[in-house]
Amino acid sequence: MNVISLSSFDLSLAACLLLLLAATSLRIGLGLEKRIVISGVRMTVQLLLIGMVLKALFASISLPFVGLMSLCMLLVAGYEVWARQKRKLRGAPGYLISTGSMLISSFTVTILALTVMVGADPWYMPQYAIPLLGMLLGNTMNGVALASDRLTTEIYNQRGMVEQRLLLGHTWQEASGEIRRDCMRTGMIPIINSMAAAGVVSLPGMMTGQILGGSSPLDAVKYQILVMFLIAAGTGFGVLSAIWLISRRLFDDRQRLVLDCLSSVK
Amino acid sequence: MGFNLSQLSFLGNGPYSMDIGPGECIGLTGRSGVGKTQLLRAVADVIVHEGDCFLGDDACSSVAAPEWRKRVAMVPAESFWWHDTVGAHFDNKSQTAALRILLENLGFDTDVMGWRISRLSTGERQRLALVRSFMNHPRVLLLDEPTSALDKEMVAVVEAMVLDFCVGTQCICLWVGHDLEQLFRVATRVYRVEKKGLTEEKRQ
Repeated sequence: MNVISLSSFDLSLAACLLLLLAATSLRIGLGLEKRIVISGVRMTVQLLLIGMVLKALFASISLPFVGLMSLCMLLVAGYEVWARQKRKLRGAPGYLISTGSMLISSFTVTILALTVMVGADPWYMPQYAIPLLGMLLGNTMNGVALASDRLTTEIYNQRGMVEQRLLLGHTWQEASGEIRRDCMRTGMIPIINSMAAAGVVSLPGMMTGQILGGSSPLDAVKYQILVMFLIAAGTGFGVLSAIWLISRRLFDDRQRLVLDCLSSVK
Repeated sequence: MGFNLSQLSFLGNGPYSMDIGPGECIGLTGRSGVGKTQLLRAVADVIVHEGDCFLGDDACSSVAAPEWRKRVAMVPAESFWWHDTVGAHFDNKSQTAALRILLENLGFDTDVMGWRISRLSTGERQRLALVRSFMNHPRVLLLDEPTSALDKEMVAVVEAMVLDFCVGTQCICLWVGHDLEQLFRVATRVYRVEKKGLTEEKRQ
């Protein structure tokens, strides 16, 4: 069960690869070097910090701590989803919708998994709760962000068509139906693809980690299957709620298309 | 059924008020950018406005929005199409003999329903958009420069078609255009839309 510990030297070697990439980018004028270095440093700092936080958290199994940690993760995920959109709903409603969808997609599903399926004792055991929630947030975030971004952009670009349909007496649901369905598809495709490729093209990260950590492959696979199901379901419900909540804001109570609640693009 | 605009104001324009009798056609003109299109959009209730419109005894604010827009149909200057073929924009129960006759009078072949939207000219789109709106059996038609993309011959055909429809169904029409001669030809009254109200134009 012993894991071979990585030394700082091993990590620096891997970091050199990234520096090499940055140097190449500088050399051929890609203009990506700054972002590569900054995101590399950012990732390192974030992960080291979380390592220390988790260490403390695992040492004291307390519900308030786990709750606080989860809340922070949720708020950041909500912000990321919101900030990644090109034309986003401005102000508090936009942020609340993104966070609300992440709450539905990840929080509820994680709690369900912890209490019903994993059944750790206590159910909020941080070793299970935090990684599960993190994986769900990280993976469903993609789908929700993609779908929300596509929805606002498409409705904005096709406003003439949407309004034409309203003028013909269509309800807002009919007028935006095709667009909303397309966005649902956009949000779900990544997870559907990764379910199809799991084990054949790619070995999912969590399973790989567990195997590296010494678990039996079959145990690792079972956890991976559980997580895939949770991610797929979470993404689906998260995308649905994001699309629903955003479209409700884009049409007012008289079913008029109101686009001035969207941020403008420079 | 009469139609009234009551103290309608929006985006710093208005208030506009008007009483229109059954079957009447009103011409609206005015300089570009004064808000003629927005006036029609406010009447169709697709932009936020103050004041109200009344169709008979029904206030716009008391009718469900989609129902109002079926009764008070606006045909914008630029029409939009979202399916691949013309026919897909007409539901099956509207594809009747009446529709066929309407299309024939407008100079379309009988197979127009199978045409691809991408091969339509601007003028064809404009005429088909009118027909599409007629299929909702509107009580009021709001036409935004309905003949702007048509040649002289077609202008006459469209004018006749709109007037026929209005007479046949006692439909009221608000016709926005720049050609005063045309407006006096089709309308019973012509108004100039100003920032703060309407002034009646007199026939020369």
